[in-house]
Amino acid sequence: MELPPSRVPVSRAAALAEGVVRLRTGGPARALRLRELRGARAEDIKDVGYKFYLELELEDVLDKDCAVNCTAEVLYHLGNKNSAPDVQFTLEGELKSTEEADHEFYTRMRSLEKELVAENIPDSHGHVSPELQPLHLLAWVASGHVIWQNSTENTQLQLAQIQHVKQVKRSDEDLQFDFVVLLHEMVSQEIIPWEMTVLWHPGDNVRVTRHRRQHRHPSGAAGTP
Amino acid sequence: MRVPMLLAALVAVATCTETFVGQQVLRVVPTSHEELQELRELQGLEHLQLDFWLAPRGLGDPVDIRVPFPSLQPVKAHLEARGVSYSIMIEDVQALLDEEQREMLRSSRRLPLSTTTFNYEAYHTLDEIYAFMDMLVAENPTLVSKLEIGRSTENRPLYVLKFSTGGTDRPAVWIDTGIHSREWVTQASGLWFAKKIVEDHANKEGVASILDTMDIFLEIVTNPDGFAYTHSTNRLWRKTRSKHSGALCVGVDPNRNWDAGFGGPGASGNSCTETYRGPYPNSEPEVKSIVDFVKGHGNIKAFISIHSYSQLLLYPYGYTTTPVPDQQELHEVSAKAVAALSSLYGTKYKYGSIITTIYQASGGTIDWTYQQGIKYSFTFELRDTGRYGFLLPAKQIVPTAQETWLALQVIMEHARDHMD
Repeated sequence: MELPPSRVPVSRAAALAEGVVRLRTGGPARALRLRELRGARAEDIKDVGYKFYLELELEDVLDKDCAVNCTAEVLYHLGNKNSAPDVQFTLEGELKSTEEADHEFYTRMRSLEKELVAENIPDSHGHVSPELQPLHLLAWVASGHVIWQNSTENTQLQLAQIQHVKQVKRSDEDLQFDFVVLLHEMVSQEIIPWEMTVLWHPGDNVRVTRHRRQHRHPSGAAGTP
Repeated sequence: MRVPMLLAALVAVATCTETFVGQQVLRVVPTSHEELQELRELQGLEHLQLDFWLAPRGLGDPVDIRVPFPSLQPVKAHLEARGVSYSIMIEDVQALLDEEQREMLRSSRRLPLSTTTFNYEAYHTLDEIYAFMDMLVAENPTLVSKLEIGRSTENRPLYVLKFSTGGTDRPAVWIDTGIHSREWVTQASGLWFAKKIVEDHANKEGVASILDTMDIFLEIVTNPDGFAYTHSTNRLWRKTRSKHSGALCVGVDPNRNWDAGFGGPGASGNSCTETYRGPYPNSEPEVKSIVDFVKGHGNIKAFISIHSYSQLLLYPYGYTTTPVPDQQELHEVSAKAVAALSSLYGTKYKYGSIITTIYQASGGTIDWTYQQGIKYSFTFELRDTGRYGFLLPAKQIVPTAQETWLALQVIMEHARDHMD
């Protein structure tokens, strides 16, 4: 569709909304993605900020026949220094249950002899092994929180790769994964390593309990010979 | 406590599994006759669906058992309860199979004998791509030639394939892929485009009619130093690998190094950033070689620079909000090209000028080529929209190349039909 002219590209606001919807509805067996931006309107609200009204059509990446409509509002606050944008949304219709797949992943992770440790997901060739697919989805869903908290009018963050993940055994019912993810910031084109701790159990939302930007340079980045 | 678990295992095992996900191979070395007997009994429990790679024989002879996921806990509990020690020989059967399959693909890729046996559904190394080019030329010597337009900072050759059915000084189309080295689907698509051009010509269809009156130039690895670096060291490297005096860090963004709006907002003056413009325009040999080629040729009618990701078709300008004079025509061509692209797999693209669609960017390729008089200057951002980003699964290479080619054809045909 032809995008209306606005101070912030509409697609940037749509990507942010998409990430928050994915965060709130997602898990190891479900991740929603923007299929199409159906409508968009931007509004400059004096002394408040810049607001988008969006109509999104989303699909489940694991079940592309499954589409759902969504209206969302994204408000980039004036000054936008330390305040994450406000994102509200309403989903129309219901999402299919992922109980079985959630349970399978949960049981498998809980019964591992040694805590899972993995690196570079996807690998250089974009490959994710089938048993790590749910973990990749989980990281993608969870990164929506980190991205949302660190988004401004001038940034558009995406998950580029899971650099490292370590499962941490817990005595309560949660699965815990400590990730180092690489985020791609599309305006500056930088790759930013970010630590995040993710908790989840079946029937629950994905929770990011801790996240912190890493300040070391990722290997081989500018400065290293 | 163990009994309900075994019952649960029975129920679970009743359903068939097709893959080896979650399966392990356990090894037991029986050290007593009791242990040997335990293992023989285990063999008899058919409902556990155990697969004995090494069956129980005698004392000290290892017994290897492939255990389906639902039986893992029950079997381990069973062994532990009887004091039979075991080790996990294969922690993840499926992962091993996946790795072996990848290894097979890798080894089959070491010896492509022709561009027909070449694997377009995989990502390749620089050497493999250079070998491909030579094979393509050798197989089609009248249609295809390889030009060296310069050398990179690390002295790698900068090769351009020329597709021509003859004539002199024919109007031409330029396509480049891989200017940003981490955008692997672009170089991979470039390989597919090269083969497609040759096939169309042989079958007298598609792009063959364009080749009647125009030449096509295709630079597949526009940034070979960066590309080698993505293989050897950092998969997400974007820039060139130049080190300029006074610069703290390595590399210049080759899509900010062109002489169009150079120095303005939309690029960085800090060498440690991904959008570093470089010390001056055309400081990068990868860029200068194309500038020299375009100026020397003098008759390029369409210039298309290919990137990933975001699924966008963009026209100038990036450095300024001032619309180009040909804005309306470029917008209409974009609409048509995007519709053609979508027609194949439904992949959705947005289109518009760089600055209104993504962000302000100065010193960009197609801003410069447009200002040279090449009206049909476009940039593509290929699949996807962020799920895999730069790490696009190899199985998406061919579908991406196929759909993109339809858009390229629209642009090429329009250029051919609207030459002044």
